[in-house]
Amino acid sequence: MVERDKLLDVQGLKTYFETDRGVVKAVDDISYHVKEGETVGIVGESGCGKSVTALSIMNLVQGPRGRVAGGKIMYTTKGGERVEITALPPYSPKMRAIRGSEISMIFQEPMTALNPVYTIGEQIAETVCLHQKVSKKKGRERAIEMLELVGIAAPSRRINEYPHQLSGGMRQRAMIGMALSCDPRFLIADEPTTALDVTIEAQILDLMLHLQEKLGMAMQFITHDLGVISTMAKRVVVMYTGHVVEKASVDDIFYDPRHPYTKGLLASVPTLGRQERLVPIKGTVPNMNELPKGCYFSPRCQEAMDICHQEEPPSYQLEGDHIVKCWLWEQEGVRLP
Amino acid sequence: MAFFVRRISRAVITLCVVLTIVFFATRITGDPVMWLLPDDASMEAIENTRIRLGLDKPIHEQFSIFVKGVLQGDFGTSFLHRRSVTSLFLERIPQTVKLMSWALGLGIVLGIPLGIIAALNRNSALDRFLMTSSFLAYSIPNFVLGIFFILIFSLTLRWLPSGGYGNWRYMIMPVVTYGASHAGLVARLMRSSMLDVIRRDFIRTADSKGLPRHTVIMKHAFRIAVLPVITLIGLRLPHLISGSFVIETIYAWPGAGRLIIQAAKNRDFPVLQYAVFVTAILVIVANLLVDLAYGLLDPRIKYD
Repeated sequence: MVERDKLLDVQGLKTYFETDRGVVKAVDDISYHVKEGETVGIVGESGCGKSVTALSIMNLVQGPRGRVAGGKIMYTTKGGERVEITALPPYSPKMRAIRGSEISMIFQEPMTALNPVYTIGEQIAETVCLHQKVSKKKGRERAIEMLELVGIAAPSRRINEYPHQLSGGMRQRAMIGMALSCDPRFLIADEPTTALDVTIEAQILDLMLHLQEKLGMAMQFITHDLGVISTMAKRVVVMYTGHVVEKASVDDIFYDPRHPYTKGLLASVPTLGRQERLVPIKGTVPNMNELPKGCYFSPRCQEAMDICHQEEPPSYQLEGDHIVKCWLWEQEGVRLP
Repeated sequence: MAFFVRRISRAVITLCVVLTIVFFATRITGDPVMWLLPDDASMEAIENTRIRLGLDKPIHEQFSIFVKGVLQGDFGTSFLHRRSVTSLFLERIPQTVKLMSWALGLGIVLGIPLGIIAALNRNSALDRFLMTSSFLAYSIPNFVLGIFFILIFSLTLRWLPSGGYGNWRYMIMPVVTYGASHAGLVARLMRSSMLDVIRRDFIRTADSKGLPRHTVIMKHAFRIAVLPVITLIGLRLPHLISGSFVIETIYAWPGAGRLIIQAAKNRDFPVLQYAVFVTAILVIVANLLVDLAYGLLDPRIKYD
């Protein structure tokens, strides 16, 4: 593949946090890319490094405790320039020009992610005025436009309301409107529907799909919910304890999963019409301070072999773009460096 | 509107209770006549003074006279100064307010930025330095700091007058002495409040918009982080009176503080009663101001 097709290219990213009990490798050597206009899903249980990956892309992993310890993130701007995000200081003008304008982010908790003391309109207009250097009046008009776009009724009245006056679903819509106000080319959605009711969740997902089609942006959709991934993403990255354990197209992940962890995740998803009992993955995600020897998943793995408890597995390339980090594929796969 | 009616009626009840308590509490302390007359005063002189001050009447009668006076805005005549207490205070309070508002202003102007700077440089040497000095500033008693200042700046360096009332040079030391303790307290609270707020989700949102760091801090974090500091300042307002006792005594400043100390020493009941009345009003007004400031800064708070 030609390098410049990749809108976002994460290469061997390592994001570490210093804690009192040692270094926590929240993200440890992960690689994936997102092409223009496509949606990549990132799946994993809580604490597997999904959100830290997102914050690393935004260059918002803040010191002194957290830092990008290795690897790099490359991003291709609207102007066609390839920027190494990880090399920019977090508050440099160049980084700030990317954040909110080129790459936007929406968060899990619409309740707490909006500032309680400013109106929705002020918060949307702020981004617009900042990046497009327009007057307050123009910013306000744009805010009304955005609220309309995300399906909020009576937008010219709503922009004068404060976050606490809106429902959870409305707030998330406003958040999406804010994130999209400067026509970003890449949207990071960090569990945007986890805090919402199921019916509202469906509406928001629908809205996001619709907007993506309309605006043609790329998306990185972070979730622990495989059902959501199946509707949203074309390619899926499965993460476990800071590692990418499997990467494949959404069809391969659902119909031909190769990693025991992915299989476990799928077995624990309820499906309509299926009669057998759900099988949860036994055990829990290990403490990041006390990771097991060998493959981090080995203590919970049904198919673990001797080597799994001894040595960390390499990544193997299987047919197509299917990549799996598991010793089971030593024979069949091509070992990646 | 209903909010104000409710607040005012509550305030009136509070004032009645406070005045009743102080009326009886002062009288428990003993007989003021002993202090007003020389040791060798005759029994007759003592009795005459007691009649003049109205202390010969039974206590419930004294109380009803007091209540009637208060209702007419008359808080009586000072035993010691032989003048109406209201005029005594009117003369002194501006001096105290002048001193105390400068001190409080200094505390706010110094404490808020220092607290923010410390929070943004958390755990650095600068943070440790600022927090240690602010801890010292508010934990050293005013009288120790005051005497220390007089020793250095008046007696040794001879830069500033050691006390008395006059131009701005007379105000520097009292204002700094009292302002330092406010600054220390405000800085520490501002720091912890700011640290709490910059961890919140909406700060991450503000950062993700690409805003400059100072906009994130001053526009998005400050307005919420400052709320507890406003409460603190509101709660400190009434302390300005009690603080003035020490400061005005050390620096011989002719304000209400010294008047009250003198009154306490001499069992000057009317002056004490009025002092407590003024303090109570100050507490009530300060609380009201805090609530109104909250309403202005945080749209989630509405009064009706």
